[in-house]
Amino acid sequence: MAEIILKNVTKSFGQIEVIKGVDLLIKKGEFMVFVGPSGCGKSTMLRLISGLESITTGEMTFDGEVVNNVIPSKRGVAMVFQSYALYPHMNVYNNMAFGMKLAKSGTGDIKQRVEEAAKLLQIEHLLDRLPKQLSGGQRQRVAIGRAIVRDPRVFLFDEPLSNLDAALRVATRLEIAKLHHDMGDVTMIYVTHDQVEAMTLADRICVLRDGYVEQVGTPSELYEKPDSIFVAGFIGSPKMNFLEGEFADAFDCSTLGIRSEHIDFCDENPVWQGEVVHTEDVGSDNYIFVEIGSKEPLIVRSPGRKGSVYGMKVGLKPQDQHLHRFNREGRPIR
Amino acid sequence: MTRTPWEWTRLIGFYALVVVIVVISIFPFYYAILTSFKSGTAIFEINYLPVDFSVQNYITVMTGRNFIRSVINSVFISGVTVLLALFLAVTASYALSRVRFRGRSLLLITILGVSMFPQIAVLAGLFELIRFLGIYNTPWAMVLSYTIFTLPFTVWVLTTFMRDLPIEIEEAAIIDGATPWNIITKVFMPLLWPALVTTGLLAFIGAWNEFLFALTFTISETQRTVPVAIALLSGASEQEIPWGPIMAASVIVTVPLVILVLIFQRKIVAGLTAGGVKG
Repeated sequence: MAEIILKNVTKSFGQIEVIKGVDLLIKKGEFMVFVGPSGCGKSTMLRLISGLESITTGEMTFDGEVVNNVIPSKRGVAMVFQSYALYPHMNVYNNMAFGMKLAKSGTGDIKQRVEEAAKLLQIEHLLDRLPKQLSGGQRQRVAIGRAIVRDPRVFLFDEPLSNLDAALRVATRLEIAKLHHDMGDVTMIYVTHDQVEAMTLADRICVLRDGYVEQVGTPSELYEKPDSIFVAGFIGSPKMNFLEGEFADAFDCSTLGIRSEHIDFCDENPVWQGEVVHTEDVGSDNYIFVEIGSKEPLIVRSPGRKGSVYGMKVGLKPQDQHLHRFNREGRPIR
Repeated sequence: MTRTPWEWTRLIGFYALVVVIVVISIFPFYYAILTSFKSGTAIFEINYLPVDFSVQNYITVMTGRNFIRSVINSVFISGVTVLLALFLAVTASYALSRVRFRGRSLLLITILGVSMFPQIAVLAGLFELIRFLGIYNTPWAMVLSYTIFTLPFTVWVLTTFMRDLPIEIEEAAIIDGATPWNIITKVFMPLLWPALVTTGLLAFIGAWNEFLFALTFTISETQRTVPVAIALLSGASEQEIPWGPIMAASVIVTVPLVILVLIFQRKIVAGLTAGGVKG
C-alpha cells in the first residue's frame, strides 16, 4: 500500500560502506525482488527499509513521508525471516497475535484477524501448537501469518525459502505469489540469491552488486535487455555464454553474449564449429556443451531428447536478433 | 544378561564410589539431624542410628529470644537480594549482550574482575560505604553487599545465555513493535527461565549462608540473620556450648534450601546445560 522512494541512500558499518548510494522507486502494490550474489548488500537494503538498521546518508520515504528515523513498528512493515524467528515459548496463536497485543488491540479484533490469516494459510488446526511441534514448512507459514496479521503497508521477505527443501520451496513460492495476488495492494519486497525465485515472483527485479543497483526492471527486461555483462550473466539458467577475443571482434564488440536457447545447429555456413564435450539432459531440454575454442565451452539448448554423441562435430549459428554485444566497460551496444 | 567378572568388578566399583560420595556429602547433615533430636548428655554419645526422639531442642530454639525474627530477616534479605540481583542482571545482560557500545568487553572483564576480590578485602570499604549511606544495622546493608557480590556471576551467566538467543527473534519482536522492555519481559525472560532459576537460586543460597557481612553490618540482635544468630547462640553459662539447639537451628535453616533445590532441580539441570549445546 506504500510507495517507497530511496534517494541516494548509503549505509556504512564503521569504515565499511555496504550500500554506496542507491536511488530506487518501489511502486505501490509492487512485488519487488532484490537479487544479487552474496555480500552485494541486498539483505542490508531490506533491513534499511524495515528500519532495523538506520540509513547513514540519503533519504527514504514511504508515501512521501520521510521515514529515516522512524522505528520499524511505526513504518507499518512486517518481515518474514529466513530462520522463521518464531517466539519459541508462544503457541502459534500467540506468535501471530503478539504484535497486535503490543499495540493494545481488542481481544475480539485480534482473534478475528489471527483466524482470518490462519485460514488464508491453512494453519487453523495448528493454532495451539508450539513452534517446535511444527515442520519447517508449517513454521514458515506461521511466520508469514504473523506478518499478515500486522496488516502491513510493506511486506518484507528475507530469503524465506532457503531453509526449505526443494519441493517445499517450489510450493511455498507458489503460495507467496498467490498471497501477493490475494492481498493485491500490499507492497512486497523479497530478497533472494536465487534468480529463479526472482524471475518467477517479481513484478520488477532489482539486481544489486557491491552496494550499487546494477539494473531495475521486469524479469523479461532483465532477461532480454540486460544493462551490463553482470546482469546478463546473473539472470538466466544456464548462464549466458560469453565470447571474447576474435569471436567478439567478428561482431564488433568486446564481449559477445548469447543465451543457450538462441543458438541453432546448422550444417551449412555455420558461424562456429566445434566438438561436443559434454551433455546435460534435464528431461525437457538437453544442454550440449560445444568446444569451439573459446575460454569456456558454448552451452547450446537442444529441445526434446535428441541425443548428441560425445566428440561429434557440430556447426552452430546464433540468432542475430538475440545477440548481446557489450563494450569494454561491460555496457551493451545497442 | 550375563556379565563377566570384570564387568561385575566395574559395576560394584562404580556403586561403591557413589555410596562414598553420598555418605561424605550427606553424613554431616544426617548427623546434625540425629543430634538435634537428642537431649541432655545423650548428645555426647556417638550413635549412628536414631536412639531417642526429643523435640526439646527445637522448642528451645523456636522460643529463643530472636530466632524467629532472624529467620524472617534472612528470608527478607535473601529474597530481596535475589529479586534485585535478577532485575539488575537481566537488564545489564541485555545491554551487554545485545547493545553495541564502546568498551563493552572491557566492562564485562571488569565485572568478572570484581568477583575475584575476597570478602575481607572489601569489608572495610564496604563498612564505610554502609555508614555513609546510613543503612548500618538494617537489612539493606546486607541486601546491598550481597547484591554486589552476586551480580558479577549472575550478569555473566545471563549474558552468556542471552548471547545464545537468536538475534532474529529479537528483530521479529522489534518489527512487531516491542520496546526493549517488552523484549526483555515478554520474549527473553520466558526463554531464559532455566537460567533465571539457576542464578536466582544460587544467589539465594549465597545470601542465606553468608556470615561475615551479616556479622559486621549488624549490631542489635533483632537485625541478625540466621547464620549469625546460630553462631551466637549461647548456653546457660559461658562454658556451655548449646550443641542441641545449634543443631536444631541448623536443620531448620537447611530444610528450606533443600526443598527449594528439589523443587527447581530439573530447571537447574536444564539451566546448567542449556546454552552449552545448540538446540
